[in-house]
Amino acid sequence: MRTLIFLLSKEFRQIFRNTSILRMIVAMPIIQLIVMPLAADFEIKNINISIVDHDHSSYSKKLADQIIASGYFKLNDYSATFSQSFEEFETDRSDLILEIPKNFEKDLVRENKNRLFLAVNAINGTKASVGSTYLARIITNFNANIQQEWRETTRLSSSPNIEISTLNWFNRLLNYPYFMVPGILVSLVTMIGVYMCALNIVKEKEVGTIEQINVTPIKKHLFILGKLIPFWVIGLFVFTIGLFGVGRLMYGIVPLGSIALLYAYLGLFLVAVLGIGLLISTYSSTQQQAMSLAFFCMMLFMLMSGLFTPIDSMPEWAKWIANLNPVTYFIEVMRMVVLKGSGFADIKMYFLIMLGFALFFNTWAILNYKKTN
Amino acid sequence: MFFLNWQEGQNVKQIKMKQFITFVRKEFYHVFRDPKTLLLLFGMPIAQIVLFGFALTNEIKNTHIVVCDYANDNASHRLINKIEASKNFEVAKIIMDHREIESAFKSGKIKMTIVIPPNFESDLKHFNKTQIEIIADASDPNTANSLNNYASNIIMDYQNEVMPESKGFMQINTQIRMFYNPELKGAYNFVPGVMALVLLLVCVLMTSVSIVREKELGTMEILLVSPFNPILVIVSKAVPYFFLSLVNLSVILLLSTTLMHMPINGSIVLLYFASAILILTALALGLLISNVTNSQQAAMLISLMGMLMPTLLFTGFMFPIENMPLPLQFITNIVPSKWYYIIVKSVMIKGLGIASVWKEMLILSGMALFLLVVSVKKFKIRLE
Repeated sequence: MRTLIFLLSKEFRQIFRNTSILRMIVAMPIIQLIVMPLAADFEIKNINISIVDHDHSSYSKKLADQIIASGYFKLNDYSATFSQSFEEFETDRSDLILEIPKNFEKDLVRENKNRLFLAVNAINGTKASVGSTYLARIITNFNANIQQEWRETTRLSSSPNIEISTLNWFNRLLNYPYFMVPGILVSLVTMIGVYMCALNIVKEKEVGTIEQINVTPIKKHLFILGKLIPFWVIGLFVFTIGLFGVGRLMYGIVPLGSIALLYAYLGLFLVAVLGIGLLISTYSSTQQQAMSLAFFCMMLFMLMSGLFTPIDSMPEWAKWIANLNPVTYFIEVMRMVVLKGSGFADIKMYFLIMLGFALFFNTWAILNYKKTN
Repeated sequence: MFFLNWQEGQNVKQIKMKQFITFVRKEFYHVFRDPKTLLLLFGMPIAQIVLFGFALTNEIKNTHIVVCDYANDNASHRLINKIEASKNFEVAKIIMDHREIESAFKSGKIKMTIVIPPNFESDLKHFNKTQIEIIADASDPNTANSLNNYASNIIMDYQNEVMPESKGFMQINTQIRMFYNPELKGAYNFVPGVMALVLLLVCVLMTSVSIVREKELGTMEILLVSPFNPILVIVSKAVPYFFLSLVNLSVILLLSTTLMHMPINGSIVLLYFASAILILTALALGLLISNVTNSQQAAMLISLMGMLMPTLLFTGFMFPIENMPLPLQFITNIVPSKWYYIIVKSVMIKGLGIASVWKEMLILSGMALFLLVVSVKKFKIRLE
């Protein structure tokens, strides 16, 4: 026990004496947490549209008005020819071209049908499909309205109508940072845990000071505990700043569920993550190697965690990878507890799984760590 | 006399060149003898291309939903079948009690509930009017939005099926054409982004760390006291990464054309030229970072958090720039990879030539030049 206290005071001293790194450990996550949710807004609302109107009738103008009034589209240009708009399209200034044919109104009234042409810049597939879905919906509504108008004037019977009402639970105002901040916080805590832990140990290897520790009677598990505990504490610290400092003050996010539950899960998660850092350090002998390995793992963890893209949409093999990723579970738990107020009973399984990860990585790392060369 | 001097000068030049090549070779050995670094250098682009190409999509498929069916009649069953048939939804459970909805949401897996009221069929038949309620888990606003849209479309379709007589009356059809990417593949958007990311990563991170490593281990001192020009020491460190980046670029292009069937519509020379400029920018940045730090950990932290994150955020391939608050939109302009991304998209996918991207090329070159000058000026020959 006394040995452990000595080791801990050594580690903390080492960390606190390197002020430039300490500053970065604290400042970088906070800056990122402030900036990232602002930048990471996937909501597609500013779709630039070009309208080519060959008709210039009251219908075509009404349709254009309805499109702009929907709030999803920004009118980029209202041109007379398609080629004019296509220039805008080619240089990315507009994402969609809607071409309204000549005699749009006349044909609709006389022949009961007509056709609109829609050109979509589909390089960004999501934006393209969302944009064209929105537009199709506006056109359908427009269509229904004019049908209704004609029916009323011609006294045709009204058609059956299903009214759809939508409710948005857990995030009534569809506030995007509510969703992103908890996830980003998890990714930052993971990064600090993995990198700092892996690099710190490898640095002792590279500089040679680990030899000095190896020749002392310090037990293997004490040395490892001495390395893990400081970063565990730093992880808790950064998480606290992120949750209360940035999350609550800047974005007004107040966890619905129990905060104690969050911290309990965080504690367990950090043990697992630090185990990964430790494991990486046992496999590398220079900081550059450790960094390469850690970076590779982190990239997989981040991309396959459901942070940016939904896991449900992945193919089966990718879902397997996502399920073997500890970060996935913590992000889900964060979102469940913070936004939905899920309780312990809802996330029991998640605790068990994380416990498994923690045991697995740490056992592997300790077995692989050798005091002798 | 003059001739002799000239010859001597030539000899000195030759010796210097030889020294330089020796140094470059030393750096190449450094890289190639470390399999873990190689894993990052070559494994990463491959893994990223595969993941972005096949696993990651913003499209919403197979979402588990719950249907709360109070009606339990023919019409409601038909509607449920129709929902189940779409690839977007998977009906996980049909319940009869709205009190179960909340617990289904809280335990995680359910993203939406559709509530069908009692007497759905008879209301539709006799009163021509009924209601359906969609409850979405909006903790993820995007998914919620898309799900609402998909579900509404299905219900509207259903409504049209129920009353075929209204078809053919003042019907507007919309013909949609998807330009540049007719199959709406995610890869078209991501591959140019991954290219920018990998080039920056390899150059900034690897260069800065490998230079600072020599400082940390003390070998930099030895190099600086040697008669070899100190600036060239640094340049020779950058050379391997320059070539490795080009190799990496080729690997990415090869993978994306063979695995993802992406086209290269424009000039490949232009593509490599633009990439070379980006690589120079990144190398200059790496150099700059190595000048201001003394430990590998600090160099790595600055490169990762100060460089990689902004690239990921502000390039425009992950998050739409036009949605960002104005100050952030302004910042995106000083991120080199944003301009590179525009160039690659235009050249590779749209097949445009230099006439359309010269402005972006000019901006990128300006950045490269500026950073190179600053980093060479800032380079310290003396150790403090």
